[in-house]
Amino acid sequence: MFGYYFDLAWRSLRCNPVLTALMVLAIGLGIGASMTMITVLHVMSGDPLPGRSAQLFYPQLDPRGMEDYGQGEDPPGQMAWIDAMNLLHARKGVHQAAMSGGQVTVRPVQGGKRAFYSDARFTTADFFAMFDVPFAQGGGWSAEDDDKQARVIVIAKTLADKLYGERQAVGKILRLGQNDFRIVGVIKPWSPIPHFYDLTSGGYQDGEQVFMPLSTALALHQGIGGSLECWGYMSFDHLDRKTAPCSWLQFWVQLDTPAQQQAYREFLVSYSQQQKMLGRFVRPPNTRLHNLMGWLDYNKVVPGSVQLQTLLALGFLLVCLVNTVALLLVKFLRRGGEMGVRRAMGASMRSIFAQLLAEATLVGLCGGVVGVLLALFGLWVVRQQPAQYAGLAHLDAPMLYATFALALCTTVLAAMFPAWRACRLPPARALKIQ
Amino acid sequence: MDILPILSTLRRHKLTSWLLILEIALTCAIVCNAVFLIGQRLQRMDMPSGVAEHELLQIQVADVMPPSNPYTRLAEDLAVLRQVPGVLSVASSNQVPFGSSSSNGNIMLDPTQRERTLNAGTYFGENLAQTLGTRLVSGRDLQPDDFVDVDTAMKALGTGDSKGLPHVTLITRTLAERLWPGQNPLGRIIYLAPEVGLRVVGVLDSLARANAYDAAKAQYTMVVPLRMGANKDQSYLIRTRPEDRASVMAAALAALKKADPQRVVTTQRSFDEVRRKFFQDDRAMAGMLVGVIAALLIVTALGIVGLASFWVAQRRRTIGVRRALGATRRNILNYFQTENFLLATIGIALGMVLAYGINLFLMLHYELPRLPAVYFPVGAIVLWLIGQVAVLGPALRAAAVPPVVATRSV
Repeated sequence: MFGYYFDLAWRSLRCNPVLTALMVLAIGLGIGASMTMITVLHVMSGDPLPGRSAQLFYPQLDPRGMEDYGQGEDPPGQMAWIDAMNLLHARKGVHQAAMSGGQVTVRPVQGGKRAFYSDARFTTADFFAMFDVPFAQGGGWSAEDDDKQARVIVIAKTLADKLYGERQAVGKILRLGQNDFRIVGVIKPWSPIPHFYDLTSGGYQDGEQVFMPLSTALALHQGIGGSLECWGYMSFDHLDRKTAPCSWLQFWVQLDTPAQQQAYREFLVSYSQQQKMLGRFVRPPNTRLHNLMGWLDYNKVVPGSVQLQTLLALGFLLVCLVNTVALLLVKFLRRGGEMGVRRAMGASMRSIFAQLLAEATLVGLCGGVVGVLLALFGLWVVRQQPAQYAGLAHLDAPMLYATFALALCTTVLAAMFPAWRACRLPPARALKIQ
Repeated sequence: MDILPILSTLRRHKLTSWLLILEIALTCAIVCNAVFLIGQRLQRMDMPSGVAEHELLQIQVADVMPPSNPYTRLAEDLAVLRQVPGVLSVASSNQVPFGSSSSNGNIMLDPTQRERTLNAGTYFGENLAQTLGTRLVSGRDLQPDDFVDVDTAMKALGTGDSKGLPHVTLITRTLAERLWPGQNPLGRIIYLAPEVGLRVVGVLDSLARANAYDAAKAQYTMVVPLRMGANKDQSYLIRTRPEDRASVMAAALAALKKADPQRVVTTQRSFDEVRRKFFQDDRAMAGMLVGVIAALLIVTALGIVGLASFWVAQRRRTIGVRRALGATRRNILNYFQTENFLLATIGIALGMVLAYGINLFLMLHYELPRLPAVYFPVGAIVLWLIGQVAVLGPALRAAAVPPVVATRSV
């Protein structure tokens, strides 16, 4: 039955190649443009740690003074050293880690290679367990190492390969700046997208190459980067990050159950009250506890321009759809005579409808192929752009199927109305006009 | 041309006519807004920096070992750079207009004020105004004895000793006008903190800040006489002739490397690159919008061609009868052109309303300004033209229908 309909559809489409090509092209363009932007949006708003993200939380406290105070204002996006250390040592979560980004100078000893800069993450022991960081060799450091400012580091596989090639990197001594560090672990390529744990330097940067205990980095004056928000008086450059009234650390905590999450919310409030009693905080408790996806949302990680482009692409798809509806309508109505003959020979309205939908499905399939090709081309164009996220724009398997599904659905949907109109033409009238 | 017969014909093709009108309306609305967005981006990319853009080079170096005295190190480096042939002027700065890292301060007009008046970009560095090529419109430039080492300033801030703090500043004309509208800013005091009062000694014509995201506040900048010393965040700025930039850059890097072979060059670029990088998103967005507009107009034109072809084929007999009754080819041509013009006009009228609605939505969600009225006639003309071009082929085919068709039965 359907084979026959497709055969009929194929004949009818071939009868009028220009109109068919117009429809296929219109659908293809609409699908291609919208899928390009939807893919970019999909990549950018993905879950960086599937399976773990629901248990990861980002607490916020408000240690600022009363200047510029406004009711209901959001707390700073990062944490001051004292608060981060207090929360860390309170150990109220399953895991918790404080961290900051920065740079280190790597000075290879052998081969006379030149020194170079590497992005580094200065953090605390739980970082690796909390974020499920995969190790190729060795492991992370211990909380004890944090306390005694041990000179240990974890490096990324790419850096290990660059420095040591095939040889075992764990146990080696690496010179960073003026100090020697023992490598205790090598992690496999790991670069969550978005770079959720530190959004201060953009949401889509690459993963770090060197991980170092935060306390060690501070003691040895490693170059800490990222943003620094201070309150109270103006501060110039060289300040003591431990005591300065500035927030500059990211803090993450793992809370597995709703009960733990509720307890942690209460803990943040009681901690703020306690700090206020001690005179360090002056504002009324103002705390937040975002989960990972909520935190990305709150920080508007997906740039407005990408959302705008997606809207534009959808608008474009809508125009293409209207265009297809109009073209299908004229195409179907034009074949009133043919339909009249089929009806007169005993075909039901339903079978005429099915036949016309089969024709639309064929157009949709062709449009889908054109659309996928155009989307691949569009993503290639996006990848040529210099934006931070550009390199991520690839069409993965689910998006490829989604493209076809979208093309088929939109075409069949667009065909519904014209097919309904066409199969309602009274056969007698259609035959008489002939 | 009589419109009534056209209208009565269209009434018999209500559905297809309305679909075409809808398509034109949507296209018109999207095109108006997209062209407006392109205009916005282009306007942003034109933002003035206030500096001699084609004559500036930026270099940042990082030392593996921090120098024992960053101030003498900086002075040595600047002296080395000044010796490079082709260099007209050198300076050190903590930021450059449209640069990647910024330094900003909160300004108050009264030391007891609790809330800041505004936030401005703060440039620290010697010989800045001259090297950047920004023009002094009144007052004087900063003098060597205005300058204070940043460590001294920090210490002074700690002890409350005002001697070690900077006392004067240069501000831009825009900032002066914002702080004291219509008054002479020279001699007035700006506070960065209750104990840090800076007297305005000079007004700069224009100088953009590093994080110039908001065009209205892009010119809120001041130059504070602080010596920062050599560190990896300081930039060396070199002014040279545009045609010498490549050779001067190479020679300057070689000279810096010679002074200390250990150091790592982290940034080396011309100011043209700084600007290009800062506005790269805007350029990409504008390019994409142009692409979408083109595709959209093509799709709409194809739709018009498709529908018009269908109508022409359907009315072959009618056309033949008209021709037989004395209508000229031109009459037939005009008929289809007028029909398209009518449909386009209704579509455009609807499209304007829709464009306005979309603009309202965008204003609400994406902080865009109101769509200026000038975009409406532009959008209308574009769509009228597209419609006329698209309908020309089918209309010519209609005009070519011979009168003899009227005598054939099928």
